[in-house]
Amino acid sequence: MNDTFELRSGDTHIEVHKFFPGAIAGVTIFALVLQAAFPVYVHRLDFLDLPLLITIYFGLSRRNPSTGLLLGTTIGLLQDSLSGPTVPLGLYGIAKTVVGYLASSIGARLDTEHPLARFALTAGFFVLHQAVMVLTRRLLLAQPEAWFNMHLVVGAALNAVVAVPLFLLLDRLRRSS
Amino acid sequence: MVAIPSRHRSLALLAGVLLAQILLLAVQIKRDSRGRLIRVWAISTVTPFERVGAWSVGKVRGVWHHYFALQGTSRENETLRTENDALKLSIAQLQTKAAEADRLGALLNFKTLNEKVAMVGARVIGASAGTASRTIEIDRGERDGIRRNQPVITPDGAVGKVIEAYRDSAQVLLLTDKDSGIGAMLVNSRIQSPVGGTGEPMLTMKYVANDDTVKAGEKIVTSGMDKIFPRDVPVGTVLEVKQGNTFKQIRVTPAANLDRLEEVFVLLTQAPLEFQKEAEAESAPAQSVPAETPVTAPPAAVKP
Repeated sequence: MNDTFELRSGDTHIEVHKFFPGAIAGVTIFALVLQAAFPVYVHRLDFLDLPLLITIYFGLSRRNPSTGLLLGTTIGLLQDSLSGPTVPLGLYGIAKTVVGYLASSIGARLDTEHPLARFALTAGFFVLHQAVMVLTRRLLLAQPEAWFNMHLVVGAALNAVVAVPLFLLLDRLRRSS
Repeated sequence: MVAIPSRHRSLALLAGVLLAQILLLAVQIKRDSRGRLIRVWAISTVTPFERVGAWSVGKVRGVWHHYFALQGTSRENETLRTENDALKLSIAQLQTKAAEADRLGALLNFKTLNEKVAMVGARVIGASAGTASRTIEIDRGERDGIRRNQPVITPDGAVGKVIEAYRDSAQVLLLTDKDSGIGAMLVNSRIQSPVGGTGEPMLTMKYVANDDTVKAGEKIVTSGMDKIFPRDVPVGTVLEVKQGNTFKQIRVTPAANLDRLEEVFVLLTQAPLEFQKEAEAESAPAQSVPAETPVTAPPAAVKP
């Protein structure tokens, strides 16, 4: 059995990647632990959403919408659980489900291996993630929340910058065919 | 039977998962349930890794310092200049350790000053996994007597309250969280009003009428009205006062450094506390608080 294979749609050939056993679970837990540790040891890094970057990366690589959205749901619910009782279960879950689904869907249609494509997609998904969270807060939780602020722009840019080398690092976890 | 195309299957799954989470949100709001079981599983999964992480960071810091010290020592044998460099590095290390000793000394002094007040010292091992809340995780839990709604402080002042206690760890809601609130009063005017967080580093004092007099630099302490914190625990200092529609808009600098918490105390009772007077004396002239204004609890209140 091949570990990587190609999706054919018209003239495009998109490779679907598989990872070493336990890589996805290990990276997910590591990202959540780091996310919780950043504010304690490295101040001013709370803009960084590592669980989101992991969701995007595995979504773009696996290119299967069903697994992408389920991974997003799992990571989002874990992040909700670790954010304390003031964050209801489902707030990050819904946002990351949508991101996981869309990342997988886009990954199945476009070549997302180029650093520039990864930069742009990460920035876009960060904005989408925040928009879904604001929408959830406003519509479902009746909590006032601003649609736009400068943190959104800075957060999108910085997460995208971090995503490029991080994704290159995560590429090493792929199984070669 | 008609087979469902793969794309439609994933769309149906997406709709199903989103609907399930919306229902989960609705259940939490309706029943004020917070999905404790799921949270316990998640915390139990991640806490051991956080402990290992905290331990590893301490070790790496130690190795980092020793590496440089050893490099300096090897050069010391070659020339006097390198010996001088090594000594400088040693001094830097000692300064770091002295700072740590000062910090621990302040904690010990505070504990000694309030030896009759039941409290548990705890180390901060994590923080909220996102910007939606301002919480920290500490390495003490139900086994150490930690329960929900217990106040958390440092020798500088109020930090927050325990919102969830697990077997070996607990989560603390910081004063800066949007949902946080604490019964407080202005030291000079004795005006009582809650102080809450905004999700930003500064706090706000709410519900102080426009015709009340509040000056920048005035100290704020707990009022004890929230039945969580004892009276007279420092909360912060008024930074800025603006007139609002009905109430003043008062921004408050927290007394405790909530961005750099490493060790905290969890109070197991509501017995009054005494805070060091030297710190007050140093800060009072700079913040234009009258010297005769007491910020600490009155001595009589300290008696058990």
